[in-house]
Amino acid sequence: MKFICLGYFDETQWDRLSKTEQTALMEECFAYDDELRRGGHFIGGEALQCFRNAATIRYRNGKVTVTDGPYAETKEQLGGILLLEARDLNHAIQLMSQHPGVRSGPFEIRPADEEINALVADREKSLQQN
Amino acid sequence: MQETKVNQMRKQVDHIYRSESRRVFATLIRLLGDFDLAEEAMHEAFAVAAEKWPGEGMPANPRTWLVSVGRFKAIDAIRRRTRFDVSLAELGQRLDSSGIEVKDDENVEDDRLRLIFTCCHPALPQDAQIALTLREVCGLKTEAIASAFLVAPPTLAQRIVRAKAKIRDARIPYQVPSRTDLPERLDTVLQVIYLVFNEGYAASSGASLTRADLSGEAIRLGRLVMALLPEPEVMGLLALMLLQESRRNARTTSTGDLILLEDQDRSLWNPAQISEGRALVQQALASQRIGAYTLQGAIAAVHAEAPSTAATDWAQIVALYTLLGQIEHSPIIDLNRAVAVAMRDGPAAGLRLIDAILADGNLANYHLAHAARADLCRRLEKTADAEASYQRALALVKQEPERRFLERRLRELG
Repeated sequence: MKFICLGYFDETQWDRLSKTEQTALMEECFAYDDELRRGGHFIGGEALQCFRNAATIRYRNGKVTVTDGPYAETKEQLGGILLLEARDLNHAIQLMSQHPGVRSGPFEIRPADEEINALVADREKSLQQN
Repeated sequence: MQETKVNQMRKQVDHIYRSESRRVFATLIRLLGDFDLAEEAMHEAFAVAAEKWPGEGMPANPRTWLVSVGRFKAIDAIRRRTRFDVSLAELGQRLDSSGIEVKDDENVEDDRLRLIFTCCHPALPQDAQIALTLREVCGLKTEAIASAFLVAPPTLAQRIVRAKAKIRDARIPYQVPSRTDLPERLDTVLQVIYLVFNEGYAASSGASLTRADLSGEAIRLGRLVMALLPEPEVMGLLALMLLQESRRNARTTSTGDLILLEDQDRSLWNPAQISEGRALVQQALASQRIGAYTLQGAIAAVHAEAPSTAATDWAQIVALYTLLGQIEHSPIIDLNRAVAVAMRDGPAAGLRLIDAILADGNLANYHLAHAARADLCRRLEKTADAEASYQRALALVKQEPERRFLERRLRELG
């Protein structure tokens, strides 16, 4: 079963770290990602640029408006996503509890919606056939 | 003659329903992998029992028989529905090919633990954990739970439906946590049980102070977990609930007014609950793995052993609160410790501590902190200070009996 893990962190705290500390933390995370890969649990992941580089678009009064920044104003911001393969929620919690990233900020673990994913896959297939 | 035999068998089916239906249900959830399917199957199995047992006699092992019949009924139901719903076809096939023979083994008790840990999974909201536990583990009706928690039945029903959907869709597994996760997961279970108990012991709002049925249900749950998983903290919580419950008849007047511990008629305390609670505290302390519930149970036991407030071992109570404060940092524990210090060393010593706690600001909006301060000022004959603190407490209190108590105290200041 596929889980999407949304990793949050406090960017101001991150910026306070020295370059060596930042590299060490990232290396630690990469090493654990490798461990997940070896177990067949790491399906993929994406790191996100700073939330200040984000644009939020919203449909309002019949048109789309653009604003700066992320949707929610919180101390912790989305920093990256990880696609995880796990047996069930307890297994996913167990795998992500050992991820070094959890020490810098929370992970939100969400099951993938396979019903909608199946619809998307069907569309993709029919496009390729045509 | 025939009539009485049928009646007797009906009584026996009723008896088996009361004693076994939750076990049958817990096992069917494991076999069928779905709460609603399992509930339907369990009811069908009992319906078949009521029909067949009077003629054929009761099977040697009624529980195994019921699980087995329930499982076949569920497979039948799935087959019938498969014609309308393709997604069920896969489940039907899986159940059919699994061909599990239903045996009466230790798994049955494991199934009950699985059910408890699943209902109290930390990924579910706490109000849903409580509702689900009372509904699925205790077998209470949705309407009864709703009225006990003063919410509308549709609201509570929706809470349960959403929780079951989350268990299914996020795939919360039906399992007892691993050894490493057990202490934390058990803590969630104990918290649910204690919240149910407290809801029955001191209703969080409204006119009625005690709702004995919920406290009784919490004690039953505590006994169940204790039988399945005799961990020290389970003993500690069960002891704490029994010792608090032992004072039920002494803690309110016939008109529902609150009576403080120091003014209670101790002959009204329930001796059977006290001796059971004390024995459990001893057992939990002897384990050397002492947690917060055990310490609270030990404090309640010291009170239970004392013939009067004056003859209470306050030094022991202060020591226990100090230990408790080390395990669990909480200003409420500090407040209780301050009250115990006032009993040990006099009101002036207690007042110094309470003023320090209030100065920290954490309990500024907690009515009992101001009520405790008022009481110590009253004993020190600082009438103006006492009056101000009672007024502050009255502005914050929510429960009707507590309000009446504070008003009475304020009037007595003169």
